[in-house]
Amino acid sequence: MGTVTILDYPFMVRALLAALFTGLAAPAVGTYLVQRRLALMGDGIGHIAVTGVGLGLLTGRSPVWTAIAVAILGALLIELIRERGRAGGDVALALIFYGGIAGGVMVTGLAGGSAQTLYNYLFGSITTVSSQDVWVVVALAAGVIFIALGFAPQLFAVCQDEEFARAAGLRVRAYNITTSVLAAVTVTVAMRTVGLLLVSALMVVPVATAQQLTRSFKVTILLAMVLGAATSVGGVATAFYVDVPPGATIVLLALSCFVAAWPVGNLVRYRRRLRQPFGEGDGLQPHTVVPEEHGHDHGAACGHPAVPHGDHVDYVHDGHRHAVHGEHYDEH
Amino acid sequence: MTAVIDVESGNLALGGRPVLRGISLSVKQGEVVALLGSNGSGKSTLVRGLMGLVKWSSGDVRLFDVSLPSFRDWHRVGYVPQQLAATSGVPATVKEVVSSGRLSRRRLLLPMRQADRAAVRSAIATVELTDRRHDAVSQLSSGQQQRVLIARALAGEPELFVLDEPNAGVDHHNQLGLARTLANLVDAGATVVVVLHELGPLAGLIDRAVLLQDGRIGYDVPPANDLTLQPTAGHAPVHHHPRSQPDHVPLGPGWEL
Repeated sequence: MGTVTILDYPFMVRALLAALFTGLAAPAVGTYLVQRRLALMGDGIGHIAVTGVGLGLLTGRSPVWTAIAVAILGALLIELIRERGRAGGDVALALIFYGGIAGGVMVTGLAGGSAQTLYNYLFGSITTVSSQDVWVVVALAAGVIFIALGFAPQLFAVCQDEEFARAAGLRVRAYNITTSVLAAVTVTVAMRTVGLLLVSALMVVPVATAQQLTRSFKVTILLAMVLGAATSVGGVATAFYVDVPPGATIVLLALSCFVAAWPVGNLVRYRRRLRQPFGEGDGLQPHTVVPEEHGHDHGAACGHPAVPHGDHVDYVHDGHRHAVHGEHYDEH
Repeated sequence: MTAVIDVESGNLALGGRPVLRGISLSVKQGEVVALLGSNGSGKSTLVRGLMGLVKWSSGDVRLFDVSLPSFRDWHRVGYVPQQLAATSGVPATVKEVVSSGRLSRRRLLLPMRQADRAAVRSAIATVELTDRRHDAVSQLSSGQQQRVLIARALAGEPELFVLDEPNAGVDHHNQLGLARTLANLVDAGATVVVVLHELGPLAGLIDRAVLLQDGRIGYDVPPANDLTLQPTAGHAPVHHHPRSQPDHVPLGPGWEL
């Protein structure tokens, strides 16, 4: 007999499966929220869903379904506020957030639920996922992923430029509602993994990490999904071996990825800016010969950034742009 | 000739305030019409009304002879807004943004076909951004971003182009480029409605200049007409030459210097 591994425990297999699908779905939806500059929407829906959980506990129904129902209502309300109100929208959102969480605590109290019951939903309790629950999570997450990727061109266009999308004949409102419902379902799905208070992190942090390194929307959403899945599975596994709360581990792992990617992204952006071609100008610059001696010949290997400038290349060093001109360099 | 745009006594109010009043405007196929007027005269609102982005309170508005509320052939119309909506939180490449202009011709859940890809490629080539197609739009200069928006409209291969101040904040070189692009489109039979502050390099293309004054149509004439020599009955600003001073509207009731 070999050593006992994490996969020998059925409850851990279920937890890993739920984590994998949640980790894929949350950043897929999160990308659209970030694109619409609604990064905190997941947070808001999470707060509202607390009331849904409370209602489930009060009525003796499964908190997952009551949470989904309330989260969808909340998401649609947020979308309505976004669509209608320009100014003051963020205040309205704040009101909904606090109303949601206070209502949840109140209703749970009325239901006689303990702080521990609510804690499981606020911060996740992935190892207690039942085999029936895990299929619900997997099915909902798979549905979310299918819609988020299948309708990506349309959702991208609507989130990117709503007016243009409308002028192109897209059913903008339907797509906006779709995004809201996707967000609500994702929040409830992730409720078991990372908990309602941390769900937004799983939707936003992988996206923020991915876009440090990417230039395109497509690569961003796919990389964010990979990061989300990796940190979720990694977090659950770590929690199993080290005995730490899985939800918090996932979020901290995701954040450390961001911390690692940020300087890399900065460097990539810096170098890209440095190598952007110079404008052609009007061709009237005077011919200025560089007076100084060069210790080396500028070239591919000299290490100075070579920047395209019209039909030739300028070598940038010490704040000057030197272009080869016969035997000497010109100042450009 | 068929009317591509036909507005009969259109009125449009925004938030209860009447913005456009008694607008009657007909644009025929192949015409190039400049909409002029000072800030707040209603040029952009008229364009947004034509695109169905704001609701008309009354009047009959028809696109391609179909009443606006029942108009569905949006692939026949290419809209170029004034600016890229505040660069969004997630990066997007030139190619991705231009591709979204093709959506009006694409089926749901199906990948782009050969023709779609070719249209996107040629739209990007037309605005001379081929070598930057994989760059994030947010890294481009404002003139280049404007060209991305034009390419996005081109990608749908529309018959009617509606441009909202395409030359605002764009240097002379890029304005000439736009004039060339539009000239090619017009040669190919396109109809163009363009909101402008000054005609600039586009002057040679314009068939008609429509001046909006305080939400009403002030005059509607070919810009080449020398109005000082040939005053047209019913057109008030006889002392004006729309090409040289399109933005300087005559002082009437309610106008201040």
